[in-house]
Amino acid sequence: LVFTEEDKYGLYSNLLFKYFLAEGVVCGHDLFVASAKEHPDHILKELPAPLLDDTYRNELGEEATAVKSEDFQDSMKIAWRYQNLPKMEASPTTSTKLGHYYDVSKTMSPELFQSIKWHSFYLHEELSLQPKMKTCNMNSAYARLLQSIQRIIYQEGFDGSDPQKKQKNILRIGIQSLGSVLWGDDICISDTPEDINSLTKFMYILRGLLRKSLSACIITVPAHLIQNKAIMERVTNLSDMVVGLESFIGSERETNPLYKDYHGLVHVHQIPRLNSLICDVSDTKDLAFRLKRKLFTIERLHLPPDLSDTVSRASKQDLAESAKLLSSGCGAMAIGKKHLDF
Amino acid sequence: QGKFTLLRDTRTDGSFLVHHFLSFYLRAGCKVCFVALLQSFSHYNIVAQKLGVNLTAAKERGQLVFLEGLKSCLDLLFGEEEEQSGQPSPLQFISESASNLKALFDFVRTSLTPAGSDSWKGPVLLVDDLSVLLSLGATPVAVLDFIHYCRVAVCSQLKGNIVVLVHSNEDSEDEENELVVNSLCHHSDLILWVEGLATGFCKDVHGQIKIIRRVSLELTAEHDHVQIYQYKIQDKNVTFFARGLSAAVL
Repeated sequence: LVFTEEDKYGLYSNLLFKYFLAEGVVCGHDLFVASAKEHPDHILKELPAPLLDDTYRNELGEEATAVKSEDFQDSMKIAWRYQNLPKMEASPTTSTKLGHYYDVSKTMSPELFQSIKWHSFYLHEELSLQPKMKTCNMNSAYARLLQSIQRIIYQEGFDGSDPQKKQKNILRIGIQSLGSVLWGDDICISDTPEDINSLTKFMYILRGLLRKSLSACIITVPAHLIQNKAIMERVTNLSDMVVGLESFIGSERETNPLYKDYHGLVHVHQIPRLNSLICDVSDTKDLAFRLKRKLFTIERLHLPPDLSDTVSRASKQDLAESAKLLSSGCGAMAIGKKHLDF
Repeated sequence: QGKFTLLRDTRTDGSFLVHHFLSFYLRAGCKVCFVALLQSFSHYNIVAQKLGVNLTAAKERGQLVFLEGLKSCLDLLFGEEEEQSGQPSPLQFISESASNLKALFDFVRTSLTPAGSDSWKGPVLLVDDLSVLLSLGATPVAVLDFIHYCRVAVCSQLKGNIVVLVHSNEDSEDEENELVVNSLCHHSDLILWVEGLATGFCKDVHGQIKIIRRVSLELTAEHDHVQIYQYKIQDKNVTFFARGLSAAVL
């Protein structure tokens, strides 16, 4: 259960949402798309087109070789101890073949949709039906959505209830902007909502459905609008993976020289720890994303070296303050508050 | 015997302690009632196998009573009317308006009350995790009542042990949760408090654990004993070491 906190204007989280669904189409999984904002047909028409392996590899290969040829023979003279450390890998190497890459500037062609089955849930079309399940004081929109998901899981046999079905497939569920006003929940409007437990109950039951069947789910939530932070803490506990996207649009960080190459930060709040004592913890937790013309990439945030000594003291202080905001543990990049002046 | 242990985690995941206690008590031959609210049975089973215990076998021989919260909740909400057996579901407080955990308590009590043929050593109640009950609509008072009833039944009457996991955060805005956690802290005999490191994320030291033995409860005018260790979780076990003495540093 992947829980995504939306960025302020929803631009990038929508992109991530579409990537998840597009991957499903390319892998031949079934899709279930639910939204109260846009009709799922529109969402599906706007999925990014997959890049054929060759073209992407060439692009990435070109960039990598360009970088390599520049500092090929530079041997370090002063900080020679660092010579032996591996070069900083900003983006994932092409050797890992997990997943596919997508071209954001093109939309997916309709032929790719032919082979998969997809189901949609558009809230405003479903309002007329009465939920049959015991609603247990939950918001009725959520109840209907859960019932719809459960029905699809049962009918299409994702929960193994139909032993006849030989081919096992995965259901990818995408739910957009859960918790927003459009779903009839008031947690985004008031501090003391009418039913504080609707969303958490929904999440728990959804978790149960996912655990019982061969499915994976991504939810985007406008977390910045939710007034009551207690809900966010509870929801984090109930999800397997929590990722927050913070875009720089309109915030003071947009002009910060630290972040000039990037469009936003990725905060990984929680990673799944399933079927094992440990989880797959990566080396660093500072990730940033950028949207180039064709690609949306997530990279490690690495700061450019602080080389200039003509910069005035005031802005150096700002840089240091911003650097402190990065989660600590990014050991190689710790810039202290006091600069050592040589 | 008759002890209440509280597992508390802050800024990190303390579930490795739950896995430990589960395999520990099963290996010791105790009868265990495990209220697993957060994960599925197969998750616990796979981890337990790495630790050397087979949960399926334990269930079959009657040593383990497993309440899989997620599955039970689904059965309650989506189940057909005919499928319901005579007993009410332990989680029926979810669908009822009354926030009353009595059904859950009855389930615990019936599963741990020794039947005539049982030869297990002391009963144990294990809960993972209590904070989920609040998310499902139980009030803090109902949760505390439930724990109180369990203590009376399991610790005092049956001379068994209880181990409960809760989440907490400093500066948490979840007041209900903090209320439950603070109250349980006061009543526990042993608190295992797992925290992420204050200095941030580290690859070699996953966190620190504070072991608080509540000697002060025994009215001998002593203060609680507090011990602090750091730990690193590996695939099949967890290594503990004194602060600052991680293998990566030495």
